[in-house]
Amino acid sequence: MKRARRRGLGAVRDALSKYGLIVALLALPVAFGVQDIQDGDLSRLGNNLIDGVSNGAIWALVALGYTLVYGIIELINFAHGDVFMIGSFVSFGLWGTLGLTLATGPLGLVVGLLVTLLVAMAACGTLNVMIERVAYRPLRNAPKLTALITAIGFSFILQNVGLLWLGGRQTTIPDLIGSQQVLFSAAGLSVSHGDALALLATVPLVLLLTAFVARTRLGRAMRATAQDPEAARLMGINVDTTISVTFLLGGLMAGAAGLMFALYQTRIWFLDGFNAGLIAFTAAVMGGIGNLRGAVLGGLIIGCVQQISDNRFGGSWTPAVVFSYLVLIMVFRPQGLLGEQTREAG
Amino acid sequence: MTLATRLPRPSASTLIAIAVIAAVALMPLFRDPIDGFVSDSTKAMAFVVMALGLNIVVGFAGLLDLGYVAFFAIGAYTMGWLGSGFFDLLNDGTGVHIGAGETASMLPGLHVNFLLVLVAAVLLTAFFGMLIGLPTLRLRGDYIAIVTLAFGEIIRVIAVNGDEIAVSGYELTQGRQGITPIDQPTFPVIGEFDSTFDLRPYYWLALTLVVLVLVVNLRLRDSRLGRAWIAVREDEVAAASMGVPLVKTKLMAYAAGAAFGGIGGAFLGMYDGTVNADQFEYSFSIFILAMVILGGLGSVWGVVIGAVALAFINERLIPDVLNPVVRDWLNSDLTQLSFGIFGFLLVLMMVLRPEGLVPERRRQAELKGEMGTDEPVYEARA
Repeated sequence: MKRARRRGLGAVRDALSKYGLIVALLALPVAFGVQDIQDGDLSRLGNNLIDGVSNGAIWALVALGYTLVYGIIELINFAHGDVFMIGSFVSFGLWGTLGLTLATGPLGLVVGLLVTLLVAMAACGTLNVMIERVAYRPLRNAPKLTALITAIGFSFILQNVGLLWLGGRQTTIPDLIGSQQVLFSAAGLSVSHGDALALLATVPLVLLLTAFVARTRLGRAMRATAQDPEAARLMGINVDTTISVTFLLGGLMAGAAGLMFALYQTRIWFLDGFNAGLIAFTAAVMGGIGNLRGAVLGGLIIGCVQQISDNRFGGSWTPAVVFSYLVLIMVFRPQGLLGEQTREAG
Repeated sequence: MTLATRLPRPSASTLIAIAVIAAVALMPLFRDPIDGFVSDSTKAMAFVVMALGLNIVVGFAGLLDLGYVAFFAIGAYTMGWLGSGFFDLLNDGTGVHIGAGETASMLPGLHVNFLLVLVAAVLLTAFFGMLIGLPTLRLRGDYIAIVTLAFGEIIRVIAVNGDEIAVSGYELTQGRQGITPIDQPTFPVIGEFDSTFDLRPYYWLALTLVVLVLVVNLRLRDSRLGRAWIAVREDEVAAASMGVPLVKTKLMAYAAGAAFGGIGGAFLGMYDGTVNADQFEYSFSIFILAMVILGGLGSVWGVVIGAVALAFINERLIPDVLNPVVRDWLNSDLTQLSFGIFGFLLVLMMVLRPEGLVPERRRQAELKGEMGTDEPVYEARA
């Protein structure tokens, strides 16, 4: 009798850890979907999801940086969100240098934005590599807490660079692409320029990154180092270079995300990095840290959660909703939806 | 045999500590009653209380807590709820008064004596400390950091939006508008404190709290529980197999750390005279963490020194000394950049002297690898 009861409880716990997070994730859209059906108009939820996916595409790019770095050196790179913020600042600065304004013609705009994309990516990649070089590499054999605190310190330094750069207030920047203008709409759902751009830029970047990690020599070195740095070193892999490359890739993605964020939101702020960092980290953990596909999936989900929450509860509650999900993930499924791929998780 | 010979002879460090505390206690007698330095020192001592609390969680037990500001918030709100006109409709608008001072006795709302508020703040924050600790029990070191950070942010968001949540006619918090004014403490014989004429009673009250917290901290460290914390920090698996109950030990660390945060929070809420949601930013957690790191993780005296040093860097050195020098050159206000400076300090400390200014002996040994283990110390498996 007693044994049967224990088995029952154990089964509940198993079910919770398997499906608890998924149920919790579906709760929001399903509840509001039912509400919308009762109102007889599902397009509100649909539009939330479209905005959510395009927003989430940006978070996915940032989350990739967290997941790459965590996968290889098991450090939560607290400064990563702020690197992303610097990316958006660099983009804005470059528009001024290149003379991109609302009056620029379409051809000039495309060329100008492509140049901005490359420069922002290069700047953030370099910055990320430099941070690793200066702050994390000397501490590689120190207790984990030491590197983590260094990362927090660097996050504050970058935030204050942003503060010095554009001041303490949010800066409204020119809406170069007409981010909120409707590109096309069908069945009550509308896709804006911003939505289209976010997906157009994210998809190729993610494909390129996954191809790089899966196909190239350096990518293989990254995966080997993530599995076992000692063995990788014995196999002739230069672990230091590999880690630098990982930080470079993370920075590149963050730079691209920074430009897209600036184009999409048309408003930038030195604290954006902190917020984005936490959201993207949540996304990375949700997908399973160390798992590239997981980071993208997590980013998209968090983007949708955010939009739904913005729309239904009001934007001021959104951070609490996102962080509640983070806590739920940690309680029910610390390995994430797709399972983590790190040494510790084995 | 007389009593004196039976007592253990105080050690040199105890004597030094008593001398320093006596000197600190006498300082305001030589200053103006509403001196700015006395005020800054009072705040610094509240930070010492908080830093000592965080040191229990991070320094002793090795659980990196990045959401310590939550306990500042909960402590301060306890003060706000129990010592202001917040519940203005109670008792048909005449208010409820429990040991309240002369001024407060005439006001509507709930007015409870400061000492009772402290007790309430300790109980409430200890409860929330354990609540926040619960989901982190199974997690690895760096995940703990993120979960506590998330909790800190959740508490902040609730505080900011608290004016939208109504519980039986009362808002939960008053958001950015803040709960104000807060009752000033009253004690028998001493009477009611009044910050417009004399700041020194606050100073001595803060000093009393610091001494109290210090004694509790030292006794805890040397107790069975304290040794269990350090054992868990050094090697969780080994500690568990030696019979240290992990869950209880960790939860006690969270509770004790949170309780000190609550004391500091209630005091600061009272001293500032307002409990405002904008005070509870993430950066405050890092401010307190930087004190612990600067002084030396796990080192009680180091943390005291770290807290005093950072408090004065923040309140005096940056705004009064450095700012006038660099303002024109930087074309910006240096006080805005104080957290960049703290961030830089954190990086510098970690790279150059990770054991802190006044290191704890055992931790220094760990960092230098003298403990015979190559494994990172803060790695706990899920």
